[in-house]
Amino acid sequence: MRIRFRLDGQSVEVDVKHTETLLRVLKDRLGVGSVHFGCGEGSCGACIVLIDGRPRYSCLTLAGYVDGKEVSTVAALARDGELTEIQKAFVENNAAQCGYCTPGMILIVRALLEKNPSPSDEELFDALAGNLCRCTGYVPIINAIRSVIKR
Amino acid sequence: MAKLRGRGIAAICYPTGMNLGGDPSQTVIIAQPDGTFVVNVASVELGQGLRTVLAQIAAEAIGASIEDIEVRFGDTQLAPHDTGTFASRTTHRMGNAIIKAGQEVRQILLDVASKILEVSPQDLEIRNGKIWVRGVPDKFISVREVASQAQFVYNIPVVGKGHYVKPKSIVDPETGESDPHSTMAHGCVVADVEVDTETGEVTVLRLFTVYEVGRAVNPKLVEGQIIGGAVMGLGAALRETVYPRYPQIIHQTTSFREYVLPTAGDVPKIIYKIVESPTPTGPYGAKGVGEMVANGIAPAIVNAVYDAIGVQITELPITPEKVLKALSEKGKSK
Repeated sequence: MRIRFRLDGQSVEVDVKHTETLLRVLKDRLGVGSVHFGCGEGSCGACIVLIDGRPRYSCLTLAGYVDGKEVSTVAALARDGELTEIQKAFVENNAAQCGYCTPGMILIVRALLEKNPSPSDEELFDALAGNLCRCTGYVPIINAIRSVIKR
Repeated sequence: MAKLRGRGIAAICYPTGMNLGGDPSQTVIIAQPDGTFVVNVASVELGQGLRTVLAQIAAEAIGASIEDIEVRFGDTQLAPHDTGTFASRTTHRMGNAIIKAGQEVRQILLDVASKILEVSPQDLEIRNGKIWVRGVPDKFISVREVASQAQFVYNIPVVGKGHYVKPKSIVDPETGESDPHSTMAHGCVVADVEVDTETGEVTVLRLFTVYEVGRAVNPKLVEGQIIGGAVMGLGAALRETVYPRYPQIIHQTTSFREYVLPTAGDVPKIIYKIVESPTPTGPYGAKGVGEMVANGIAPAIVNAVYDAIGVQITELPITPEKVLKALSEKGKSK
């Protein structure tokens, strides 16, 4: 089937199989580098994208589902090379080591803060529960997020 | 039924890298036409920060500025031999190799600069990308300019090669004495836990860690290793294990749903301190850090559980089932 959707603000059109996941289409067909294959079954969060502003596991989303929708990856956040506040905070707090979880982390935080600009610790940990990181021990990531939370 | 608290301690000595002569690292540093430098290593950047740390070491050894160093890693076709990226060895082993290669490059740069400035190489100083006649630091020539002129004016290749291996130490047949390791890093972990005797659940309240790392070449990256290692050790202590396919295949660990990693909300307060005691065998005194920071956590937590409930758990992870079973056996033996 042929689908049309907006990817990071650009219109794209691509032929997909009915069984194909959005993750595979983004990575293999459209050359998106920031969306990562981690577990392939919705447990790790490395493949998260925003679909109409809401965070979704692209490994569990069929590509056909995004027909007519708006898909955003972390690449859409920076404007004219200027990083967003949360991205700068990740850099300043050394919140990425291998970087595999980082795009998913940043997107989930962005979605959370848009809905709730001053989340409690419980709400923050709840939002991050589906994003695994093996390098940082989460502490620098949490510090980065806290530094941009409006209290 | 109660929530019992306990404190446990573990200490660690960590020998950096493999030893006994089987663990070489080699590198080649090559100047580029624009006077910057490429450091070719077969070691791999996997998030530990090798790209930064090796560039820092190369810049220091050459006298170049760090912006002019590019570390190219992981291409075993282009880079000379390296045993691998494991056992906390890369900063120490490859760092030592890079210092040797960098010193060769530095000497070539000084020789070329002495031709340009018409002074003896012994009268020159080189640091942070600048070369100047001793005592006249404001009249300098840039390292990039010298490296570039070496190639285009003086026809001298600016290439340095370096290698490091811990020499094999033969065991004395009489005394058993030998020198088996290149350097020892040290650490200590104190864990505070709370054990719920009703559910068997262990909660780690605080981790205090202190590590002696020789020299923290990049303190921010060492900090990242320490905290990341602590949480990995926490997962190993309390949750992570691979269950086999029996009694039935449904018991096998197949995904992160059964292999449960800590998530952001599971991290206790981690207090850490870095102690520096430079080793003569390390690059600018550095020792290996990466692995030992995960190793001491589980033993400290096991000891803290023992302190809390008086039972030593002898198999990781410390699951609620094991705690409850141990408590019930302890109750029977009374």
